[in-house]
Amino acid sequence: MSTHKITDEVIDYVGILAKLELNEKQREKAKHDMEEMLEYVDKLNELDTENIEPMTHIFPIENVFREDVVTCGDGKEATLSNAPEKKDDGFKVPKTIEG
Amino acid sequence: MSREYETVIGLEVHVELATKTKIFCGCKTDFGGAPNTHTCPICTGMPGALPILNKKVVEYAMAVGLATNCKITKHSKFDRKNYFYPDNPQNYQISQLYLPICRDGKVEIEVNGTKKSIGIHEIHMEEDAGKLVHDDWEDVSIVDYNRSGVPLIEIVSEPDMRSSDEVIAYLEKLRQTIQYLGASDCKLNEGSMRADVNISVRKVGQKNFGTRTEMKNLNSFKAISHAIEGETKRQIEIIEANKEVVQETRRWDDNKESSKSMRSKEDAKDYRYFPDPDLPPIYISDEWIEKVRKSQPELREEKLERYKKEFDISEYDATLITESKHLADLFEQTSDICKKPKKVANFILGELLRLLKEKEMDDSEIDFSVEHFAKLIELFDSGVINSTVSKQVFGEIFLNDVDPEKYIKEKNLMVVDDNGTLERIIDEVLEANPKSVADYKEGKKKAIGFLVGQTMKAMSGKAEPSKVNQILTKKLQ
Amino acid sequence: MISIEKMTAIEISKNIKNKKISTVEVLDETIKQIKEKDEKIKGFITVAEEEARKQASLIQDKIEKGELLGPLAGVPIAIKDNIDTKNIKTTCASKILYNFVPTFDATVVKNLKDAGAIIIGKTNMDEFAMGSTSETSAFEVTKNPWDLTKVPGGSSGGTCAVVASGQVSCGLGSDTGGSIRQPSSYCGVTGIKPTYGTVSRFGLIAYGSSLDQIGPVAKNVEDCATILETISSYDRFDSTSMRRDKYNFISALKQDVKGMKIGIPKEYLEKGIDDEVKEAVLKAAQIMKEKGAIVEEFSLDLVDYAIPAYYIIACAEASSNLARFDGVKYGYRTKEYEGLHEMYKKSRSEGFGDEVKRRIMLGSFVLSSGYYDAYYLKALKVKRLIKQAYDEAFEKYDLILGPVAPTTAPKIGESLKDPLKMYLSDIYTISVNLAGLPAISLPCALDKNKMPIGVQFIANCFEENKMIAAGHALEKELSENFVPNFSLV
Repeated sequence: MSTHKITDEVIDYVGILAKLELNEKQREKAKHDMEEMLEYVDKLNELDTENIEPMTHIFPIENVFREDVVTCGDGKEATLSNAPEKKDDGFKVPKTIEG
Repeated sequence: MSREYETVIGLEVHVELATKTKIFCGCKTDFGGAPNTHTCPICTGMPGALPILNKKVVEYAMAVGLATNCKITKHSKFDRKNYFYPDNPQNYQISQLYLPICRDGKVEIEVNGTKKSIGIHEIHMEEDAGKLVHDDWEDVSIVDYNRSGVPLIEIVSEPDMRSSDEVIAYLEKLRQTIQYLGASDCKLNEGSMRADVNISVRKVGQKNFGTRTEMKNLNSFKAISHAIEGETKRQIEIIEANKEVVQETRRWDDNKESSKSMRSKEDAKDYRYFPDPDLPPIYISDEWIEKVRKSQPELREEKLERYKKEFDISEYDATLITESKHLADLFEQTSDICKKPKKVANFILGELLRLLKEKEMDDSEIDFSVEHFAKLIELFDSGVINSTVSKQVFGEIFLNDVDPEKYIKEKNLMVVDDNGTLERIIDEVLEANPKSVADYKEGKKKAIGFLVGQTMKAMSGKAEPSKVNQILTKKLQ
Repeated sequence: MISIEKMTAIEISKNIKNKKISTVEVLDETIKQIKEKDEKIKGFITVAEEEARKQASLIQDKIEKGELLGPLAGVPIAIKDNIDTKNIKTTCASKILYNFVPTFDATVVKNLKDAGAIIIGKTNMDEFAMGSTSETSAFEVTKNPWDLTKVPGGSSGGTCAVVASGQVSCGLGSDTGGSIRQPSSYCGVTGIKPTYGTVSRFGLIAYGSSLDQIGPVAKNVEDCATILETISSYDRFDSTSMRRDKYNFISALKQDVKGMKIGIPKEYLEKGIDDEVKEAVLKAAQIMKEKGAIVEEFSLDLVDYAIPAYYIIACAEASSNLARFDGVKYGYRTKEYEGLHEMYKKSRSEGFGDEVKRRIMLGSFVLSSGYYDAYYLKALKVKRLIKQAYDEAFEKYDLILGPVAPTTAPKIGESLKDPLKMYLSDIYTISVNLAGLPAISLPCALDKNKMPIGVQFIANCFEENKMIAAGHALEKELSENFVPNFSLV
């Protein structure tokens, strides 16, 4: 018995966050896989990390900037060149607000 | 509103910064432009593209922080805010959650003579989203990424405001400060300044805050006031009915003067923030802070002092003009050309403010050339046109930026200077209005007003009314 | 005409320079090789013949004019399909990008083109580089040239297989947790994972941004060093790019290994490792000793914690990096949908394969409200501990020697049954990415089934030259011929 019970609600919630839809079979598999992974990664709790600073970047570099200078021209054609659906020089999507 | 309750208001103000390029790429930030022209792989989330931070964004954010008495965070970094929406090409927004660039500031506001300090919780940098145009014909939305990646700062206030008057005063103060810094033009109508309002109500004297809601889609000061009133009323009704206010985001519809919950079962407000691995942290040294502080432009208080010394205008006028950076710039530039600050001030505080109000425009939208304005002042000052005509011409400059000299010539609006014509017209007016002449001679001195009016009308306004009065008086003796 | 099938990149360019063969002939021969062999191997997703032909004649011109003198001038190169190539389809081996054509070149591709290399095609991989076998590709299963019933490894399995089978002399892969080194080991070729920040990530379609690095795959250490020198650069388009003093990796080939201190983590040889793989590592150690290096075993802490930390960090970053694939701007959009959210969900659910979805789900979960500290932050702290453990090790040693994978290549279809077991096979490679270190994998022995076994040298950050020198020294002493015999398979 896993210590990390992944319920249908959790899988549904993660599905909403990740915009993924699972059928019944996939959902059962996802629950099992996630329980197994979470149980496995619990191994990290064996380590005392109380006073350890989290490490986001490997190297202590900072202040990587660009100057405020225009370097791009008209990008319309390139931007739209892979669009699955377009209209009026824009990307066409299902309506985002109700009438 | 019931006296038993008070409204507690905090603001999240988004300001688009006046950089030439976007926050993470070299695309232009110009407003308008054909859809998707100001785009590149970076600001459209193309696979493989990476962000590079615009240094000017950091400096503008620091400048606003310093001007609002914030502490500058020495080690700051960017985080990703994850949510799906088509105006957000990566489906995450690069923002700052854990270490925002500025914290713990405050600004002073004044409402009806009472001063109050409004706390600023934090200011953080982030990228703007693209624009969605809704196509009703086909029932689709069209995405334009021209605004995607335009730099924003979000100024988060403490819940220190208690009325819409205080909210407006706070916003005006922020706008004034930021415009003076040159960090943004703060145009509400173009969306370069936007406010989301957090509102809760509680019984007067109650210590704890009530449950708050966040109101979005507020595009004008008027909408903000309406929304605060409307939401206060709605929340009080809920509480009075012994129900609970739900913490949620609501969308204000200013036409309907009501709001609607934006909650949907397809969205969870769980942004899964984490440090952006593509952007190294920012370190701000004391030297850098000093450099930004020193390069700050003249702010309002200094400008006011200078105006009092430099220009021959009243303190009252100087105060009014310096309230807006746009008006102050207009005043100074025009006065520099025509050297008549008093007349310039009169026009700005008279006709200009009247027209702005009439057209429901913001002074940031003023869009005529100072040369035309200065020329008008000169034409008026030298008596080429009279006061009535000057107002008419100013209106034309305001709306269409006409060249006053050409316009006056075309419309033939110069004051008629030769006495022959004027006297001939006056004679005709006297002949056509025997009753008024008789009235005057019987001692009804007011009748002269009518005769002046008739003469001005016959002259199509191109006479100096005082001169008309003078000649009439002489002829009627 | 001379045959280029067995040549290295450097040999090809020398022969072009000496007018023994032209760039166009090299290309013809390469395309012939691909047509003959890739039918079986399935290493390429796209062969960019037309683009390559355009390039070839231009480059031949420049070579003749003496404008292109470098060691890659005229050399066809294969590029992993998660690296942007302008006008050449780039799919990440995913249905969700099945038709995506980038409008710009990745910085590495630009660097290669500037050096006169010819992009010949895009290679198969695990979908979005998530996997260890190249089987999670949405399009095809690449075969190991040494045994067509076995996997080439992953995720850069396509690149390694086309190099190993002699279709091209070299290629690029990407390495997030071992994705260059492990398939190099399985296919008997050489691959380098550079120090984080050495090769620009601009144009690499991100999996785990803080771990990803592009690197070379070739037939020997010299070619790898040469390609690495060409693709490395400080790049202002990648904010995590490191400005290094020198990018002179070729010079390392002349370095002596005498006196070099090499440590072998004893944990690597203790459990779960195949005997023959262990023998190969010990053989490499023996050779290095004979060359004058000092080799000893030591204890590398925290080995067991690298994999869980890696999967939390990589999956969290991936869940965000892969959010952009939504059917709006490029790639696959589902055919029928009602409303925005259904469009998103169906496009992504149909467009991504199981392994990718599994990692996105895990990544979304560990970042979600209430779990961030317990998982993500914890993993970042462990990452620091692992980095510190390596820092300590490199105070004592110039290099770390170890196996690349616990076994040789498994059979096709075996690994995907148990994802966790597949993850565990990355035990020797993953911690290198967490600590940002460079490592080289090169073939060292053949097992009883005549399958290649690789070993890796791990160096401290920015010390690629030490591992290149060591790899070069080792490879010269090996008597095996690491070329699969095609007529036998």
